[in-house]
Formats: sequence, C-alpha cells, structure tokens
Amino acid sequence: MIRLSIPTRHALARLMLPVLVAASFAMMLLGKADAVLAERARVALGDLLSPLYGLVAPPLMHVRDTAQELFGLVEMGRENARLREENQTLRRWQAVAMALDAENTLLKAHLRWVPDAAVSFVTARVVDDAGGVYARAVLVALPPGHRMTRGRIVLDAQGLVGRVIQVGARSARIMLLTDLNSRVPVTLQNSRGRALLVGTNGPRPRLMYWTEGTEPSEGERIVTSAEVGAFPAGLPVGTVHYSASHVPEVELVADLNRLELVRIFDYGLEGLRPADPPRAAEPAARDGEHARR
Amino acid sequence: MDHRRPGIRPHLTPARRLDLAARHAMPAAVTLALLLLATAPVGLPGQAQLLPALAMVSVFHWSVLRPIDLSPPVVFVLGLLADLLGLAPVGVMLLSLLLLQAVVLRWRRTLLGRHFALLWASFAAVALAASALDWLLFCLLSLRLLPVAPMLFQAAVAIAIYPALAVLLRGLGRLIADPSAG
Repeated sequence: MIRLSIPTRHALARLMLPVLVAASFAMMLLGKADAVLAERARVALGDLLSPLYGLVAPPLMHVRDTAQELFGLVEMGRENARLREENQTLRRWQAVAMALDAENTLLKAHLRWVPDAAVSFVTARVVDDAGGVYARAVLVALPPGHRMTRGRIVLDAQGLVGRVIQVGARSARIMLLTDLNSRVPVTLQNSRGRALLVGTNGPRPRLMYWTEGTEPSEGERIVTSAEVGAFPAGLPVGTVHYSASHVPEVELVADLNRLELVRIFDYGLEGLRPADPPRAAEPAARDGEHARR
Repeated sequence: MDHRRPGIRPHLTPARRLDLAARHAMPAAVTLALLLLATAPVGLPGQAQLLPALAMVSVFHWSVLRPIDLSPPVVFVLGLLADLLGLAPVGVMLLSLLLLQAVVLRWRRTLLGRHFALLWASFAAVALAASALDWLLFCLLSLRLLPVAPMLFQAAVAIAIYPALAVLLRGLGRLIADPSAG
C-alpha cells in the first residue's frame, strides 16, 4: 500500500466527489451517445445474474403464493356470501324456468304441436380462412366419404357462423355471415319483426329491410327466421348495435375471427339453396357483387 | 486507519484480516443484496420503483452510520450497477446517489444520535430531492417533458419503506460491527 502524507490524503478525499460526479456525467453522456454499449453491459449483467435469479425465484414465488393464498382466505368469506346470494337468485330463476317449461309442455299438448325433428350434426375443424371467390369464407376438413351437402347450417359454440356453399371430396367451404354475399333472414326477438342480415365484408353485418314499424332497437337479440326455408327458426345470431352513422349492425355472438371447430347441422331444409359460387376463371362472372373487396 | 492508533490489539492474522474486511464490506454487500432483491423475479406491483427506493434508503442509512465503509467510489460502483439493473438511462441513479451521499455526509454530525423522526424527515427531504433530480435528468436525457407521477411514487415508496428497512439495517449494523472500531 502506498503511504501518503495526511494532507495529500485529505486533498484526494476532497477531490474524490467532484471527480466521481464528473465521471457519472461522463457515464450519462456515454450511455446517451452509445446506447448499444449500455445495452451490451445490461445484457452481460443479466447473463451473470440469471443463474442467481433462477436459484432465488422458486422460494420467492413460494413466499408470494403463500401470501396470496392468505389474502385469498380473507377474500373467501366475501366471495362465499356473494356466491350464496347468486345461488339464491339462480334458484329462483330455475324455478321460473321449470314452471315455464311445464307450462310450455302443457300448451304444446293442448295445441297438438308437431315437435321439431331431431337434427344431426358433425363437428369439423377449420383448416383455412382464406381462398375461394368469397372474401369471408373458411374451409373445413372432412373425412373422405362424407355425405355433406350444400346449404347446411354452420354454428360454433355460441351461435350462427354461416352456410356451407361448396363441398369437395375432403373439405367444404363455409360462407360466413360477414361476407358481402351473405343474406340471412332474421327475426328481431323483442318485436318479432323480420329483417335481412346483410354481410358487408366488415366485422359486423348490417340489418336491412325490416318490416315497417318494427325498427330494431339497440341491444335487441337477433335470431334466425325460417322465412324462406333456408334456416331453421331461432338460432342465435347476435345483438343489434347502432353504428356511428346510425346504421343498425349486428354484433355476432359467434367469434368469426377465431374459428377452430364448427358444428355443421343438417336440418333437412329443402328451401333456398345457396347459389353456385361463380367460377373465378371467368372474368365475366366477377361482377361487383362477387368480386373480393 | 484504526490500526495506527496507539493501544494493544491482537496480531493481524490472515483470518482476522479476512474477518475485518468482511465486516467493512458489509454495508456495500447489503446494498448490493438489496439491489439484487429488488430486481429479482418476485412480480411485486411497483417493483420498478423499488430499486431506486432501496438504493436511496441503504445509501442514506450507511452514510449516516458508517460513512467509512460506504465511500463515494463504492457508491459510484453501486450506482452504476443499479443503473444497469434498472431500466433507466445509465448514470442517472449514479449521480443522484452520489449527490445524496454528499449531502448526507455534510449533515451527518447533526443527524447522528438524533430522534428517529428527525432522521426519517431528513430522509424524506433527501429522497424527494433525489427523485426530483432523477426526473430532471430523465427529461434532459430524453429531451421530453415526462410525467411527474412516477417520480413522486418513487419518493413515496422510499419514504414508506424507510422505517422498516432502517430498523433492519441498524440491527445488521450492530450484528456485524467492527469490534476494534468501537
């Protein structure tokens, strides 16, 4: 160790702080001028510390989880009370539903109601969401030897998706409700008015041609109508939402952006079949309606 | 340089030398451990503000109690490390910690042995000033006017954790003291 005289040491000590402050300013400038250098230093430090963090992470996580569990226990009482209340409400609704069901059965018996035929369906995986002449269509994979026909109704877990428009040996194409060419007769559930659901290639199809005096109201539920024999009545479609330009649009219940599995129903409907898709090779067939936007 | 003082002291064997070095390194080591803990993957809310807060508390505490063991060069290294561990531009925390220590060293004699509330109040003032300096440097370095709220939150976190951490650090300081320094 170098022996320094006491005044020298004092002078050095007094000089230390300004030098260090200047050095920190230099660091700041260096970090500003050469951001890559600072990043590299950070990465190197991270590399050095990551085994350490890996070592301390499990016990720390354990501590955190335990603390959360303790908080959860406190919360549980309140949650329990809320659930009990909700349960009571649900029980009331269950009673109402069962009474209505019983009444419905009774009324049907009185009316000699012809029950709906049980429908059969197949579930298929969506393999592609582009291609073909329609802008909003998906392709589903089918096993060879299937007996799919055009015009079958496609639903996902929540609601109506579209109709089968093309059937191949191992696949079928489904035109979605949002396609420009999609037209679906619907019923407004509150007013029982009829309307047509018209695709726009946008995320929300539009409502058009509703019967006079039954203007769709905001938030009203929309279900399919059996008007022309193309769809069975009462499949859930969506809710009415007025756009900024006061056009009634429908917020679909089906999640058309993330279709994975769809159910294809055979209602045995012999009404309006979807038209043959135009052939893409013929330019004459590509009029404004069918061309992709 | 205690060993120059007159008096009888045990012979400095290598083991004893190591022991002394460890005792002297304790404040820096504790600060380092706090910095690492603040960046550990705990997933606490507001963890980003915890790093400067812990650094400020530790530097303040040791500058008051053991300034010899947390000299400006050590603070420089710790500050640089804190800057690299955090996401702030390099040099910001470094400078604010250095200046914080300089201020504390100047007022150290008045702070020593006073009531805890006074210590806390002075820490609050210093932490607020340091956070304001951080904010000013951030603004200068990014050439934009940044929101003040995170800076205030950082100061608030530091002030809030000070009492608990000060008690802990004081206990540590008593436990791992330098017996020859008295």
